[in-house]
Amino acid sequence: MSIDIDLIIKKYKPGRREELIPLLQEIQDENGHLSEESIIRVGSFVGLSTTKIYGLATFYDQFKFIPSGKVRIKICNGTSCFLNGSQAVLNKFREETGLAAGQTSRDGILSYEIVTCMGGCNNGPVITINGEYNPAIKPEQLPDLIKKLKFIIEND
Amino acid sequence: MEDLKKFLIDKVLMLESDTLPPETEKVLRKVRREKSDNAVIFISSGTSSLIAGSEKTRAAIKTYIDENERGAELVNVGCNSPLSFEPLVCIQLPGKNRLYFRNITEEKVEPLLNGIFHNDINKDDLAGQHGTKGFELWQGIPFIDDLPFFANQKRVVLSNCGCYDPESIEEYIARGGYRAFVKAIRHYTYEEVCNIIEKSGLRGRSGGGYPTGLKWKQALNASAASRYLICNAKESDPGAFTDRTILESDPHRLVEGIATASYAIGASSAIVFFRKESQYALNRLQKAIDKAREYGLLGHNILSSGYNLDIIIRKEPGAFVCGEETALLSTLEGKRGMPQLKPPYPTTSGLFSKPTVINNVETLMNVPLIMENGPEWFRTMGTENSPGTKVFAIAGKGRFSGVVEVEMGTTIKSIVDNIADGIKDGKDLKAVQLGGASGSFLTSGNLEVPVDYDVMAEKGIPMGAGGFVIIDENTCIVDLVRYFMEFIRNESCGKCIPCREGTGRMLEILDSVIKKPISEDSGTTLERFKGVMQLETIASVMKDTSLCGLGQTAPNPFLSALENFREEFEEHIFDRKCRANVCRGLRTFSIDVDKCTGCTACASKCPVNAIYGTRLQPFFIVEDKCTGCGICYDICKFSAIKVR
Repeated sequence: MSIDIDLIIKKYKPGRREELIPLLQEIQDENGHLSEESIIRVGSFVGLSTTKIYGLATFYDQFKFIPSGKVRIKICNGTSCFLNGSQAVLNKFREETGLAAGQTSRDGILSYEIVTCMGGCNNGPVITINGEYNPAIKPEQLPDLIKKLKFIIEND
Repeated sequence: MEDLKKFLIDKVLMLESDTLPPETEKVLRKVRREKSDNAVIFISSGTSSLIAGSEKTRAAIKTYIDENERGAELVNVGCNSPLSFEPLVCIQLPGKNRLYFRNITEEKVEPLLNGIFHNDINKDDLAGQHGTKGFELWQGIPFIDDLPFFANQKRVVLSNCGCYDPESIEEYIARGGYRAFVKAIRHYTYEEVCNIIEKSGLRGRSGGGYPTGLKWKQALNASAASRYLICNAKESDPGAFTDRTILESDPHRLVEGIATASYAIGASSAIVFFRKESQYALNRLQKAIDKAREYGLLGHNILSSGYNLDIIIRKEPGAFVCGEETALLSTLEGKRGMPQLKPPYPTTSGLFSKPTVINNVETLMNVPLIMENGPEWFRTMGTENSPGTKVFAIAGKGRFSGVVEVEMGTTIKSIVDNIADGIKDGKDLKAVQLGGASGSFLTSGNLEVPVDYDVMAEKGIPMGAGGFVIIDENTCIVDLVRYFMEFIRNESCGKCIPCREGTGRMLEILDSVIKKPISEDSGTTLERFKGVMQLETIASVMKDTSLCGLGQTAPNPFLSALENFREEFEEHIFDRKCRANVCRGLRTFSIDVDKCTGCTACASKCPVNAIYGTRLQPFFIVEDKCTGCGICYDICKFSAIKVR
């Protein structure tokens, strides 16, 4: 893990605060989340205390501090999807999984987040599963969908 | 390829005269695929098309071409049609007009292509033909441009969208691209470019409508060693997608716009601040920038003019408030994205305290057009004080949705009636919401307002950056206001108290309005009424005292909804009723005795045990216990549960 971080950090210049966010973004893209270790490493590289970096990273929605699940789900709650019933989908999803947005299930399989507008304004509500689009989702489709996903992961 | 690159640079971009010699034009026609011996198949490939399944269609077309028509060419283009037409496929047979086919899913590909290559056109999926000069007409086929969706638009900024391969800089140059930029850096000084833009009367398209030329001059006149240009492509309003569509369909013109604007203010580095969800558009823009660098249109000593420029892309880390100018600058500096007090304005002290111009994507898209056609041409469109056009992203319940462009001065009503073509499923229009999460509602009373910065500002209607949501009678306005308030509460940065506390408090009160209290004793009712009485006061305090635009405009949806739909709010508060039957918390349920079979499905699922009865006899709901969750309604197979 630490080798990965070193490889990424090498691409940046030390001590430059304006490169802090792109650096954190790249680490998150590679690892899926920001680990404690990576934040300490970035802190000493940029010349800022760890608390400062946490303070910055927690301000933005993008950064996550726990590993995300194997199946990453994004549910769109933009205006169009809202008008087409995304709230019902969200409620059903919460009910089925017992997760809040940004959380990962205990078995490490599912994690989900709410986003605003992914571009499927005509076929809302849209959800993406590991980057694959699923337009016009109805709440009653969700239990089967989640079962199927868990089945695929467990038998993988 | 190298030959073509050299040809395009020497014979097209560096050409002194305005008209191209015929032999050059001949080559360009080939690059534009107008003179092709084979069929060309264009497939739309934006995010919206991907969601509609265009990737599968593309694969099917590819297989068909490999098996049958080996010569045919398959080209990715951006979106330009109503979203309901996706996946859109356009076919150009040699020498004939382009034919557009809508909703071409995977299985429709083979019959469609079989038909078209054997002169038997399937009329069911046909959207129309597009007329191009010098091409043969298809007899008896309507023109796609005559569809109300297109006929009532004035596509200037979007003119290239959906017509060419967004990953090909050659095609962009063959369509007249980059000539304005090259002319500017070779023949004009910084001031002259600023003057042209100022004369054209172009105003910032992000909503405020500040004159672009003036902004540039302020930055140019501020004394500093270096300056920055920032293109704000962080379109974060829920339901706005104009910038994303533009970037997916025509990224080269934006690069040209950024380059021209940077030259005008003498900046040697430009930054595009990008939305994190639009990965597809980001890839296209990155490719466009790389290509421009390869052609020597970016980088060191551009085309031997002595001007240096580099464009970098920064992805936003996810905060709505970063769309605000000063918060955006903080984010780019690697700090928390919190707004600062203005003045000093960014044009005098912006990024790293250097003069910085921040422009919206649509504003910069207009720049190459003005440089090419002149400020007088730009002034022929639109109104006296707001020349040009405006791009809107129509979403919601209109019959057609998608990215459209209208001339300034067009009324909102005519956009709804003519371009969106009314409301889906024959419903009635309730309101139009402009300007995203902090915009306001327009109802039948003020729908006649023209798209014009001054007129709209006078009436207190924010134009916004392009969000245009059509709302029908089935939408509950209180629920929608609550949705916007929740969005802003989550996105408030927490720096100033009116916004941080105000949004939270307003959301709490709105929640109490749309939910049924657990016990309706006098205490909770009194609390609820006290809250309701405070809503307007909180809104006006937030409006007056918040630091940045986000906080000041946060109560807009509520205030304009209250002005236009006071009755509906009162119904929710006093009668505890939602006329659109959306607010789950206010619904009351009862069981239709005739339809109930006594299957016990509802009683076993009711979380508060409010349903009683004997098996195989009609059941009943105890209204006092019912929380209105609606589980019984969803579960009943005999539609025996009635909602009130």
